[in-house]
Amino acid sequence: MMEVGLTHYLTVGAILFTLGIFAVMTRRNTVALLMGVELILNGANVNFVAFSRFVETSIDGHIMAAFVIVLAAAEAAVALAIVLAMFRNFGTVHVDSVDSLKQ
Amino acid sequence: MSEHAILWTALSVLLLPMLSYVIIFFFGKMLPRKGDWVGVTLLGATLVQAVRIFVHFWQMGDSQLRYEGGFRWLDLGQFTADAGILVDGMTSVMLVVVALVSFLVHLFSVGYMHGDRRYERFFAFLGFFTFSMMGIVLANGLLFLYVFWELVGLASYLLIGFFFHKPSAADANKKAFLTNRVGDFGFFIGIMIFFTAYGTFNYMELFAQMQLAPLTGALLTWAGVGLFMGCIGKSAQAPLHIWLPDAMEGPTPVSALIHAATMVAAGVYMVARLLPLFDPNALLVIAYIGAITAILGATIALVKTDIKKSLAFSTISQLGYMVMAMGVGASAAGMFHLTTHAFFKALLFLGAGSVIHAVHTQEMPLMGGLRKKMPITFVTFFIATLAISGVPFFSGFYSKDAILAGALAFGMQGKTMIPFILAIAAAGITAFYMFRMLFMTFMGKPRDEERYSHAHESPWTMSVPLLILAVLAIVSAGWKGPADSWFSKFVTSYDLPAIAAEYGHQEHHIVESDHHVAVDDHAVAHVDEHADSHAEAAHGDSHGHGHGDAHDDIHHKAHNMAMAMSIAIAGLGIFLSWLAYMKKAFSTEAIRTKLNPLYKVLQNKYYFDEFYAATVYKFVLGFAWLNAAFDRIVIDGIVDGSATVTKIGGWITGSIFDRYVVDGMVNGVGNLIQGAAQGMRRVQTGQVQTYLLYVCTSIVILVFVFRAL
Repeated sequence: MMEVGLTHYLTVGAILFTLGIFAVMTRRNTVALLMGVELILNGANVNFVAFSRFVETSIDGHIMAAFVIVLAAAEAAVALAIVLAMFRNFGTVHVDSVDSLKQ
Repeated sequence: MSEHAILWTALSVLLLPMLSYVIIFFFGKMLPRKGDWVGVTLLGATLVQAVRIFVHFWQMGDSQLRYEGGFRWLDLGQFTADAGILVDGMTSVMLVVVALVSFLVHLFSVGYMHGDRRYERFFAFLGFFTFSMMGIVLANGLLFLYVFWELVGLASYLLIGFFFHKPSAADANKKAFLTNRVGDFGFFIGIMIFFTAYGTFNYMELFAQMQLAPLTGALLTWAGVGLFMGCIGKSAQAPLHIWLPDAMEGPTPVSALIHAATMVAAGVYMVARLLPLFDPNALLVIAYIGAITAILGATIALVKTDIKKSLAFSTISQLGYMVMAMGVGASAAGMFHLTTHAFFKALLFLGAGSVIHAVHTQEMPLMGGLRKKMPITFVTFFIATLAISGVPFFSGFYSKDAILAGALAFGMQGKTMIPFILAIAAAGITAFYMFRMLFMTFMGKPRDEERYSHAHESPWTMSVPLLILAVLAIVSAGWKGPADSWFSKFVTSYDLPAIAAEYGHQEHHIVESDHHVAVDDHAVAHVDEHADSHAEAAHGDSHGHGHGDAHDDIHHKAHNMAMAMSIAIAGLGIFLSWLAYMKKAFSTEAIRTKLNPLYKVLQNKYYFDEFYAATVYKFVLGFAWLNAAFDRIVIDGIVDGSATVTKIGGWITGSIFDRYVVDGMVNGVGNLIQGAAQGMRRVQTGQVQTYLLYVCTSIVILVFVFRAL
């Protein structure tokens, strides 16, 4: 039976981060885009907690992770409000069709 | 009065009319009665001040008394010019004459110009003229004499052309101005000859320098003739008299003030003032010109039917007398005649103005019998006619007699008799034409009933000046000639040695001569000697200084003879006039037809105008045409040529260089940036996801780059 170490945690964090980036880059739906952002943040959280457990053995990483969760909640509230306003104004939640500033 | 007070009074005489001009010119329209009372009041004040100066000189009784004051006006390195006033006996007389006539003309104009559209402008110009004339009288140097000389010319121009909507008036003022230009040109040359020789404009310094270092023969003669040319122009002497008759287009009060009493006398005053600067040859020219002018004016006045034109030729004739007096050495007599003439000729003009005002015509054949309708005008006109004709006990008799005596003495001293002969003939003709004028205007039966019935005596503002002038035309006689009368208190020859001693020290002379190196005893002795000879040669006044008994004798004899002859010839003239126009003993028509060629010559004013039209105007026009051709061909050619060169250069730089090089550079830079921007703008999609892609790609690349390092 293989011991679960730092490398495994970091791999999970990297996969989450990469999936998040991929989602943000490719999805046109704003809500999906926000979900990608959540993935990025959680990828970072996994890294915080892993480093806190294996490298420093202090509580700092946990505290940081808690902060990030709170930040993610606040961000989701604000961002969903923006998405709602966007839908009301443009009738769509697709990011590439909201480009009236460009013209 | 102290010297200080005299000078300030004289300055007020100069500036009060100017004040009148400024007030009426700028505020006349706003003032009640358009400000005529301002002019009359200020001129009244001027008259009072002038009389105060006159009274002072009267009391002092010294013709050599002289007050001078001024300041450095211009200081340009070597060149300096002073502005100042000189008050002496002659000045005081002229001040009173000018102020008095000007005041009376102002008063007269209140009635005469009543209702004119530019009423206030007329009074403004009168004030301006009076200021300028006072400037001529008071100037203490040639420079300011010239300045004011031109200013009276301007005032004359403005007033002759006062009715400028009439083409004849507009032509007349141009003619007056241009004719005066000719004379002033010579005047300026004369002034400049003296200035370059002595480096000063001041009269007294010039006289002193003339004694210390006299100019030599021809130059002095030409300088004198040059100065006299100013007089020929301004005082309407032959051959530049042509402007004065035309100047009668101006309003009649102007004719009285400017073209009879004051401005035209300025030339005579100038010659009298500058007499020591004329040498015997120049004086001979002056005597001849004056005598010719006297006879010329008188003969033309014989045939003119326009009352103002006739008076204008009479003025020319009388001015000729004054100028001749200067030439024959009777300068005091000339100044005396100037004074008396100012009064009686102003009176004649104002009387004529009163008549014109009443009958609205200037043609004497349309008048007649006006004495019943206009008694005041008639009586005053009659007095003036007696005065100008030389009837004893009237002012003109004494002054004219003094001039004739001077001319006769001039002839008896072995010089030419011609001036006297011409002058005595002119005296007879004067008496004839003046009485002709009087008879045709006031006597006999009215020839135009309609005009006659509308005629009326003028208002008091017009008749009061007539009465005052009539009194003056009598009392200004002083009852005796200038030799021993009150007039000699004011005008006698300059005491040249005294002037030389007083002003000779000043370091103004430029001329190199052995006299002015040091003013020592030798030089002073030389001065005295020269001054005597010069004074004697230039003018042999009986009241001069240090003349021999022989001179007095000649003058005495001349005086008696001249008086007898002038009374006789004046009586003859009046008698013939009475025969012709009152008694109708012989028909003037018959004489006219018999002497038709002569009549035509006179009626056409000796063809002077035609002569100038044929010569001077043709020449000027031809010269102007030549200049125009030169201008068109050469000057325009140069201008057009340079324009063409510039155009070609402009085409090269503009069309070739600018278009291809400069524009190429500018557009090239623009195109480059535009092209670059065209590529770059594709990067900026405005979509966050694209940017994120760039960021991630960059990070990946950077990671590899840094790993490679």
